[in-house]
Amino acid sequence: GLCSSEISKTIGGMSSTENLITSIQGLSASSGDLSALHRILKGAEETLRADSDLELSTLEELDASKHSLGYLYLLDVLTCGPMSNEKALDVVLLISRFISSCDAEQIRIASDKSTASAKRTTTVLIDAAAAADAETCGNQTNRTIISWGDDDECYCFGLVVVSLCKRFKDRVLELEDPLRGVAPLLSAVRKVQVSSKRLTALHPDCLQLCLLAKCYKAGFSILSDDILEVDQPRDFYLYCYYGGMICIGQKKFQKALELLYNVVTAPMHSVNAIALEAYKKYILVTLIHSGQFSVSLPKCASTAAQRHLKTWSLPYTEVGNCYNEGKISELQAVVVAHSSDFEKDNNLGLVKQAVSSLYKRNILRLTQKYLTLSLQDIANMVQLANAKEAEMHVLQMIQDGQIHALINQKDGMVRFLEDPEQYKTSEMIEVMDSVIQRTIGLSKNLIAMDESLSCDPLYLGKVGRERQRYDFGEDFDTVPQKFSM
Amino acid sequence: MERDEESSGPMMEVCTNGGGEETSNRRPIISGEPLDIEAYATLYKGRTKIMRLLFIASHCGGNQTMQLEALRMAYDEIKKGENTQLFRDVVNRINGRLGDKYNMDSAWCESVDRRAEQKKGRLENELSSYRTNLIKESIRMGHNDFGDFYYACGLLNEAFKNYVRTRDYCTTAKHIIHMCMNAILVSIEMGQFTHVSSYVNKAEQNHETLDPIVAAKLRCASGLAHLELKKYKLAARKFLDVSPELGNSYNEVIAPQDVATYGGLCALASFDRSELKAFIPLRFFSLVAKVIDNINFRDFLELVPEVRELINDFYSSRYASCLEYLGSLRANLLLDIHLHDHVDTLYDQIRKKALIQYTLPFVSVDLSRMADAFKTSVSGLEKELEALITDNQIQARIDSHNKILYARHADQRNATFQKVLQMGNEFDRDVRSMMLRANLLKHEYHARAGRNH
Repeated sequence: GLCSSEISKTIGGMSSTENLITSIQGLSASSGDLSALHRILKGAEETLRADSDLELSTLEELDASKHSLGYLYLLDVLTCGPMSNEKALDVVLLISRFISSCDAEQIRIASDKSTASAKRTTTVLIDAAAAADAETCGNQTNRTIISWGDDDECYCFGLVVVSLCKRFKDRVLELEDPLRGVAPLLSAVRKVQVSSKRLTALHPDCLQLCLLAKCYKAGFSILSDDILEVDQPRDFYLYCYYGGMICIGQKKFQKALELLYNVVTAPMHSVNAIALEAYKKYILVTLIHSGQFSVSLPKCASTAAQRHLKTWSLPYTEVGNCYNEGKISELQAVVVAHSSDFEKDNNLGLVKQAVSSLYKRNILRLTQKYLTLSLQDIANMVQLANAKEAEMHVLQMIQDGQIHALINQKDGMVRFLEDPEQYKTSEMIEVMDSVIQRTIGLSKNLIAMDESLSCDPLYLGKVGRERQRYDFGEDFDTVPQKFSM
Repeated sequence: MERDEESSGPMMEVCTNGGGEETSNRRPIISGEPLDIEAYATLYKGRTKIMRLLFIASHCGGNQTMQLEALRMAYDEIKKGENTQLFRDVVNRINGRLGDKYNMDSAWCESVDRRAEQKKGRLENELSSYRTNLIKESIRMGHNDFGDFYYACGLLNEAFKNYVRTRDYCTTAKHIIHMCMNAILVSIEMGQFTHVSSYVNKAEQNHETLDPIVAAKLRCASGLAHLELKKYKLAARKFLDVSPELGNSYNEVIAPQDVATYGGLCALASFDRSELKAFIPLRFFSLVAKVIDNINFRDFLELVPEVRELINDFYSSRYASCLEYLGSLRANLLLDIHLHDHVDTLYDQIRKKALIQYTLPFVSVDLSRMADAFKTSVSGLEKELEALITDNQIQARIDSHNKILYARHADQRNATFQKVLQMGNEFDRDVRSMMLRANLLKHEYHARAGRNH
């Protein structure tokens, strides 16, 4: 994305650049100096941009770890605007080194006005062909442009380093070498993060690169944070969407479901493209993970989502409904009928995974009803071709831990066993203990959130205004009088 | 059809305990033998007799003799009344197959219509004069007469409206009950059973105690309404509460045999064992010292010995015999106007209950023995059991290799642990999602507020 800055009065002077370098070198020691430096840098921004002599070599006079703040500003100026592929390579290298060695405290100081504008349609949201796709269908990574629907422009103060990193990402993508950007962005995320509970604007970019570079493990490491605070909905939607795709790639369907669920049920006034794509994947992952489908969205989803998401994803709801019936042949027919739609959305691989999960779900149901069953019977009931295939499926499920069973090859019989877990081991006690601790922690978070909300003037103001309508003469005031209008 | 020869058979006893002059009504009409239409028809009077005969005529399949018999009797009955529309219908359906005596009689139609017109005019005059005189009682009777008139002509909607209009002019509880009973009758004929329920409620809300026969009639009507709405348990309870004093007094709607049949079948299909025991006749349990049976219902069950037998068989776990009785009764039950739509569902439920009850006491069940008991094949039985297990009505699993059903008792302790862990995880996910959503809402709110400033 491009960072637009406002035109302010220019300060003349060619040696000002050298002066600036000196200032940076001198004022990077203490926090008091740093704030002074920050003011100087902000004032000098226009001059720097106008200075055509400024080159990458200038940066060699500075130390990235000691003079991070100054380095950052210079880097920012040097790298905005178009450049040749060769220069891009150098720039990319420079930024990577900077990110790995910079001082997190210093770079967090630098912020300026940036427009988070919807009209940024030049940002390409790349649906990086979910890993499953690439593996099962050998698809190449496709780029589809999805535009962000919200028309509002709003100003917010973003970190300079964030816009720098975004530019870095764009360069890396232009060079078609996403792998280069993975490690730098990972460390950038960690440095920019104020707390591990808060989402930054860099999270989605990092995940995007991981997807494109197929570094799912790296992406997954970011996802294991418990994000509880979010500033920008768009960042959040993208984070969840890309995160869901990474989890699908890692076959961690439970977590993928959680992330996609968060997008689908997020509060929104009108359906946006990210939510729609997330919903499509959500349906398929639900089928794979829990083996059933319900057309109605959870109650907490926004009314806009509940009304409109379904209409835009009809082939998927059809697959879901057919899946509920449990007949493989019908499901396959539906898939074939809509295969062009699935291909367009790059979901064909995921759909195929869903279809093969139907066998698993049907076999799982059989374990509820039968103690022993012949492989041939299993094949007949689940509509597999022959006993051999049934054996393969059952074996796979035993290995994945989805069922407990013994196969007797001599008479071709499968004996289904109960879950041997007795909940008596020390490991299990540790598991229970950790769940308890987590629950206590979450409760504390919830209470803290409630308390902070009760003190929030904006919230109280709104309640105070609305309270007029419901004045039934309550015994006690939950909101102080001064907030009533 | 000759009545007397038909009815003799080993399964049917003619019960003559008390009420000698009513022997004809105590003969088992609902039985496994082909329906004796004349005997059946004598159980009823009024419009329902005609409707039931017509129903039998249209649902007896290819059985021409039965159809013609029913139509003939319907024709005779209609001619005793004043409903020319029904007359035309029945003549069409007979289509000349019964000879000249049962053809269109236009003269009769015209004279009936003419008389109806005259009567209508007279009633209108009377009613308007009562209205001007503002005598409440007369206006009530005027509307009531109109109701009767329209009912006889077959204009049920008008009849209903007029009966309901008497409500404003009712002064005593008796009047209200009279109105309710009429409304109920017309609603049943119209097939609008929600009205039936509401008027039964109205009648029962009376502060004075009801005459026992009226109370019994109301319970029958209520039972019918529940039956139509497929609330079999409630229907059974209502029918079981009907006092035997009812006798034939409600045969413009329902015969005592019907009370027994409907009540018995609904009870079988919906009651559990302890509830069922409550109305099995005492003398079939020599071991039981206490009197816990329902004396009322016993009298009704005597009228339909086959239903009584099959209930006993079910309770004593003689399922093959029970299902056999059910099978033999099916054809006749399908000819009953109220039961027709429910026979299959009730039978299905009874069969399911039988299967469940059979397996309940055992740790393991040999499927081939069970299949014999239920007169089905082992593979068919397996499928039925599979469906019941899926619905969680039987806790068991099938050993398909050895064809044995093993009871499966859930390990409570393990199940509890599992549930607890699951709930912990769900709580975790839900709370985190909620907090994220709250955050997003807060952000939007702040963003809005930011823009407004």
